[in-house]
Amino acid sequence: MSDFLELRHMKANIEQYHILHDITFRVPKGEVTVLLGRNGAGKTTTLRSIMGLNPVVGGSLTFKGESIRNLKPHQIANKGIGYVPEDQGIFYDLTVGENMRVAMKKENGETKARMEWILDLFPDLKKFWNKPGGQLSGGQKQMLAISRAYVNDNELLLIDEPSKGLAPIVVEKVMESIHQMKEQTTIVLVEQNFMMASGIGDRFYIIDDGQTVQSGQMNELKQDGVLLQKYLGIS
Amino acid sequence: MNLRTIEKSTWVYLAIAFLLFVVPFLVTGRSIQFLIIQIFVFGIFAMSYDLLLGYTGIISFGHVMFFGVGAYSTAVLFDRFEPTIFTFGLAILVSAIIAGVVSFIVGILTLRLKSHFYAMLTLALAGLFLVGAEKWRKVTGGSDGFTFGLPDMLRDSFTLYMLSALSLVLLFFGLRRMTKSPFGKVLVAIRENESRTESLGYQVLHYKVIVSVVSGVVASYSGVLYILSLRFVDTSVFATDLTIDVLLMTIIGGVGTLIGPIIGASLIEFAHHWLSDLSDVHWLFERWIILYGTIFILIVVFFPKGIVGTLADRYIRWRARRTE
Repeated sequence: MSDFLELRHMKANIEQYHILHDITFRVPKGEVTVLLGRNGAGKTTTLRSIMGLNPVVGGSLTFKGESIRNLKPHQIANKGIGYVPEDQGIFYDLTVGENMRVAMKKENGETKARMEWILDLFPDLKKFWNKPGGQLSGGQKQMLAISRAYVNDNELLLIDEPSKGLAPIVVEKVMESIHQMKEQTTIVLVEQNFMMASGIGDRFYIIDDGQTVQSGQMNELKQDGVLLQKYLGIS
Repeated sequence: MNLRTIEKSTWVYLAIAFLLFVVPFLVTGRSIQFLIIQIFVFGIFAMSYDLLLGYTGIISFGHVMFFGVGAYSTAVLFDRFEPTIFTFGLAILVSAIIAGVVSFIVGILTLRLKSHFYAMLTLALAGLFLVGAEKWRKVTGGSDGFTFGLPDMLRDSFTLYMLSALSLVLLFFGLRRMTKSPFGKVLVAIRENESRTESLGYQVLHYKVIVSVVSGVVASYSGVLYILSLRFVDTSVFATDLTIDVLLMTIIGGVGTLIGPIIGASLIEFAHHWLSDLSDVHWLFERWIILYGTIFILIVVFFPKGIVGTLADRYIRWRARRTE
């Protein structure tokens, strides 16, 4: 499989602070790549930097063989990269339907079919179609956030901590949806819940103190107790 | 469900619009007609401000400059040329072009930065326009101002009323259509979370500049209508007080609602008119600005999203509870 997204020695700042020192990873098309690491390691900053929301100050960043390092967020999004941020980024004053339509930049047969598919997956969104986004529960907001990224025919989805703060039953539903999306799109997933992430991911990268320190196939990581203990605190 | 709601509200607005056109047949007093014309004018001005503040989250402290541009363009053209309907059309066109160009330049320069840069630059530019109008006496008459003639047709208060009412109604429905369109929804998305909107693929700066230009042009048109009703212009059309007034109208009525600023304009204009008239009844009303301030505080306390915004919010919550 060809590398879809590739980061080589990427460095990035948040304002004047140097946060990412050396991030290197490759995302093959059609796979789920999971970024793991402790809180504050730089996982969210990595996703934000890929989207152009934090300035990349060194290294290279390519998508489908083309550099996206100096592009603005809207240019990166229009290349086919969807982003589900950690805080979900729901527009509270827009209804569920309006949130979806703002995300769906062009309305055609394909995006309508995707919309139908996602509404079948998350019937709550159909039920609360005319409800303002701000009035949804935490789980419903996460479903909406994922749906918005998926409804556009994005080739790559960057999903940041989709299980954060959700009840276990909702987490299961959200992870099930990501599992189904995996069949149709490439995903980079940041997830603290290792049990969930390991069930979905094909390969992993561990980020620690702003740099990638380990990588491999997810199946190998499940067996490596030393690595899990060292970087994720899982025994 | 949604379509039916939109249709219902449109019918309500059309009925109100119809009533506005009937009013001059029922109320013939010149002073009350003048007051209502002022409400229409400031209603348009406040709607233009709502596009910036309410829909896109852009704060302007110098919105009055567009109002002043409309007022001075009209006054100067009527003063220099034959007062005809053609001159009136030319005044609308010239003021729209000047306001459009100024708002475009200000927008391009500042809207890519944080919102307070736009607020500060508009404040500075409004001050510059005010000083310019004071110093360029040859054209503007300085702080003394000047009077000018109008075409016969526009001298009649009935015609002026109908023109202002028609302008308010058409602009209201036009702007409402714009804010309900996908473009309008993107504006709301920008107001709520600019970086999120950008990472959905929207070039936020383009949207902000477009809305800034539309808002400036609409504000300039309100200045055109304002000056027709006075037949006199001076530098007060560039006064910062007017920006504060329009800000209050928008906040009191409800930001991001369009109808709210019109209601806010009505309340403030009536308050100006009636509270100051009551000075004969009690000495307290001589200090009507104190009452005005008290009313403003009460509205902010009991209607935190403005009158229309708070009522709409309560209605949406009530409807949501019913559907659950």
